Amino acid sequence: MSAAPQKAKAGAEKIDVLVSAVVPLNDLVTRFEFKRTDGKDFPPFSAGAHTVVEMQDEGRTRLNPYSLMSDPADTSTYAISVRRDDQGRGGSLFMHQNVSQGDPMVITYPVNLFALDLRARKHIFFAGGIGITPFMAMIAQLERSNGHWELHYAARSPELASYATELKAKHPSNVHVYYDSENQAIDLGHLLEGQPLGTHAYVCGPAGMIQWVHTTAAELGWPEDNVHSEEFLAPQPGKPFQVRLCRSDITIDVGENESLLEAMERCGVDAPFLCRGGACGQCETDVVEHSGTFDHRDHWLDEAEHASGEKIMPCVSRFLGETLVLDR
Amino acid sequence: MSKFQFPESILSRPVYGTLAPRPGKSHLMIADAEGAEALLELADRDENLMANSHIIYLPKDTGETYVDRLRAAGPNQLYVGPSFAAATQRIRHVLGQAHMGLQVYLTGTEGLIGQAMNEATAVGIPHTAIQTEHRGSVARRMQCVHCKGITEDVTTDPFVCSHCGLNLFVRDHYSRRLAAFQGVCIDAEDPGNVPDPVELYS
Ligand code: FES
Repeated sequence: MSAAPQKAKAGAEKIDVLVSAVVPLNDLVTRFEFKRTDGKDFPPFSAGAHTVVEMQDEGRTRLNPYSLMSDPADTSTYAISVRRDDQGRGGSLFMHQNVSQGDPMVITYPVNLFALDLRARKHIFFAGGIGITPFMAMIAQLERSNGHWELHYAARSPELASYATELKAKHPSNVHVYYDSENQAIDLGHLLEGQPLGTHAYVCGPAGMIQWVHTTAAELGWPEDNVHSEEFLAPQPGKPFQVRLCRSDITIDVGENESLLEAMERCGVDAPFLCRGGACGQCETDVVEHSGTFDHRDHWLDEAEHASGEKIMPCVSRFLGETLVLDR
Repeated sequence: MSKFQFPESILSRPVYGTLAPRPGKSHLMIADAEGAEALLELADRDENLMANSHIIYLPKDTGETYVDRLRAAGPNQLYVGPSFAAATQRIRHVLGQAHMGLQVYLTGTEGLIGQAMNEATAVGIPHTAIQTEHRGSVARRMQCVHCKGITEDVTTDPFVCSHCGLNLFVRDHYSRRLAAFQGVCIDAEDPGNVPDPVELYS
């Protein structure tokens, strides 16, 4: 055994909280605010961090990551904003329908996979829809440190543009909002071209938008290291499959509507994770044997690793075929 | 032959690549001496590159050898100067006016590459995004760790610090901040016991 302290459980450390406020913002988005049950302060976090919220949904434990959107300097409260996804797996619906003020919940310590690069001369943010949330915290952090930033925020319509009015009122010259309903679009190429040296770009939003910003920036000669993005993938349903976990010495069934990671947890296997969205790399698992095809869906492994059949990210990826044996 | 393959060394020692044209609307190329050859090869690889390029060239002991050929390659601007110190103001001015997407190419001696790299990273370009190619002399820019003075174009090991006169041993320990290798006194314990200087990499 190494001398390093071993963590008792997978995932980040947990915090017991009470829901201190539930604030509907529009038809789709609601803000949830938390206070610690023990009355103490939360750990400070760096803007861009997320927390994993544990939901007890009729015997089933749902664990969904949400960006912390509150001011990082305010350690009395953590806040997240949740967009209701009627077609989703149910986590956001659970939050909207079953969580009310005063409820006890469990969330994890913040984990940051989308931090500001504080060496930047300037920060330019691109938000799509609910992708605005991490930027709320980033803006608060940069305002305090006199950082140089601007925000380009695309939303479906004025009604659905969460926080747009408040942001524009507070920072009229830094905030630019674009509404699909009014055929407005971010003039990305032009914006990226005109930035001073040392600018860092950040994008959070739908997959297509993230791809668009990365590709356009690369075409214009932006260094890869200056473009940051965060996309949590929700695990997608798929055909059920069977997995042998050789270290735990059990064979488990992964149902249609659960991820491989969730199935392992359901069967009492303490599998590592942090983001549960294919982004952090924590859940990487070695494949011992397989015959069949992988359905890799993560952003962590590269193409060669996907093709090798030697690794899988159980939080989002699936498998189709005869045998799958994992080193877990 | 202006290319030299440096043997593998400690992590601190910079490694150099081969310049390749990159997408971007403006390009800054800083070269000294035989570095001109790398720029000419770059121009050959992409005929549209030079029209959007600003070349800052320090011929050093190559004199006029490459200047006409560089001009013929058709850069948008070509500056030919006597030393890095003389070119610094111009480099800062170009970087100060530049926007994201500027591509930086550095080629020639290690001293030139290191110092130009510092100017570019100071304005916020990550060092991983700056291309470098070593050409020409393997002379080094050395800092004396004792008096902190810099001796340029060191070609032998050991050498005499041009500031304090100590006999310094040439090491691969490099400082990115100073753009210099670190030289350490070789005869501190037994003054006067100095090995005969040998040419670097000979
Ligand atoms: S838990 Fe983060 S990649 Fe799977």
